[in-house]
Amino acid sequence: MTTATSPRQGTGSRDARRSRSSRPPGAAREERAGWLLTLPFLLLFGIFTAWPVIQSVFFSVTDITNRDLRTPFQVNFVAFEQYAKAFGDPVFRQAALNTAYFVLVGVPLTMTVALAAAVALNTGITRFRSVYRLGFYTPVITSIVAVAVVWRFLLHPDSGLVNTVLGWVGIDGPNWLGSTTWAMPSLIAMAVWRNFGTAMIIFLAGLQSVPQQLHEAAAIDGANAWQRFRNVTVPILRPTILFVSVTTAIGYLQFFEEPFVMTQGGPLNSTISASMYTYQQFSFGNYGYAAALSYLIFVVIAIVTALQFRFLSEKED
Amino acid sequence: MTGAGNRSRWWLYLLLTVALLVVVTPFIWMVLGSFKSNAELRQVPPTWWPENPTLENFGQLFSRLSFGTYFRNSTVVAVVVTVGNLLFCSMVGYALAMLRFRGKRLIFALILGTLMIPGVVTFVPLFVLVANLGLVDTLPGLFLPFLVGPFGVFLMRQFVLGLPKDLVEAARIDGAGEFRIFFQVILPLLTPALATLGILTFLGSWNNFLWPLVVAQTNDTYTLPVALALYSTGQNEQQYGLLMAGATIVVLPVLVVFLIFQRRFIQGIATTGIK
Repeated sequence: MTTATSPRQGTGSRDARRSRSSRPPGAAREERAGWLLTLPFLLLFGIFTAWPVIQSVFFSVTDITNRDLRTPFQVNFVAFEQYAKAFGDPVFRQAALNTAYFVLVGVPLTMTVALAAAVALNTGITRFRSVYRLGFYTPVITSIVAVAVVWRFLLHPDSGLVNTVLGWVGIDGPNWLGSTTWAMPSLIAMAVWRNFGTAMIIFLAGLQSVPQQLHEAAAIDGANAWQRFRNVTVPILRPTILFVSVTTAIGYLQFFEEPFVMTQGGPLNSTISASMYTYQQFSFGNYGYAAALSYLIFVVIAIVTALQFRFLSEKED
Repeated sequence: MTGAGNRSRWWLYLLLTVALLVVVTPFIWMVLGSFKSNAELRQVPPTWWPENPTLENFGQLFSRLSFGTYFRNSTVVAVVVTVGNLLFCSMVGYALAMLRFRGKRLIFALILGTLMIPGVVTFVPLFVLVANLGLVDTLPGLFLPFLVGPFGVFLMRQFVLGLPKDLVEAARIDGAGEFRIFFQVILPLLTPALATLGILTFLGSWNNFLWPLVVAQTNDTYTLPVALALYSTGQNEQQYGLLMAGATIVVLPVLVVFLIFQRRFIQGIATTGIK
């Protein structure tokens, strides 16, 4: 490589010493290097990301199944039949409702816990600060599958730790994962436990940018701790809150591993999620239907993101 | 410090400590549980410390089940994916931030556009593609789709934008070729960004579940999370000791890596916001 380019390098540097007129020196060299450096990425990205994105639109308007695996282009065009099927599918409707439940309860809960932890760590705590931060963050880095397996035992009605601890204070804990009422709250509790660390770290970074003088000025004006939090910290944190709410919601809308490992969507479909149902349809070989379902999830993600941006940035003026 | 301030601080410490215990208890219980027998794990009320600590669960994972193979698969895939991302994404990030070439705006727009698209959208056509390439149930089938990613490029580009352009100009005047400039001048300066991306990518790959679940179909290609999930939901559901040990094997390596690199790690999260 070096030998091949060395004569050109000579001209390049001579050009550089000469005038910097119309065409920048070494422009052709830069052009070539730019493309060569980008090429491997473009190839892999094109084949494994861009092409599947385009193809997923095509799949969602066909009746492709696993029998068409070898000839994915010789399938029937069915227009929006797969989408129509989704709207009439009672299991998918249940899955969509469950996902909405998970997001609407899980996202605010995660953010509240994360913000409380971040504020607590940011005020007055000097000793063991990094120990708390590390501890709160550990669930984030672990495999959700392993965590789900462990939580299944923690929530076991008889030999589980949760009901044992509840028993100490005289509460007869339910069969968490076996109950249509309690299975979803159990999954939400687990999701909050696992994910609040990410939001906490981002909030902590955001809190560092809140000027201390503003707090002091507000305190002199007689604002108490809650008023200072409400009127000084929160407005400054608004961009961070927006960012965290969007990324958390995007993650939660795709919730899949928790029900897959812990409940298999049960009992009575009470925890089946939209992503899990999509995976099920895929594994039954209904590729076209699964593609349409995944597009519906995507559209919801896009709408939720847009709404959050609008809702949270409007308040700024 | 006033008395009231000290007292509220005392409450804060108490509250944080209780919260910390709640957060880490599942892990402690998992590790302790991996040394218990099945019978003990089924005991009511549950025990905290193992009564007769045994290594049998771990022994069975590697002798009767193939956790050695799964561990190797997870490691190979995570390492290849990480190296690929570090190399290719830094190349593109540098090119997009420092070099002038036609089409670079379009490429950047394309990358930004796909940053928003969740994985669930592409997994059906991606599977059909990988199946047609004959890569189902192979390790390349597991790592090829993840060798590059829009997030890595974005991260690298932002970092390179912060480097002085004069560095490149000076190296050019000294007669260095474009590739030499990248590998010998730029790449060493990217170390902090590479560390962040490397840790995030390794972790993402190690914990990845949906794609390996779809592509790995036999014992020879299962990764740890897939093996654990499939094993825990089959007729082996009652093998509590094995499952606790299996979960420990999946979690412990990243926990150790995390504790070693935690400062860099948390920095990465704070600046990029991605887990």
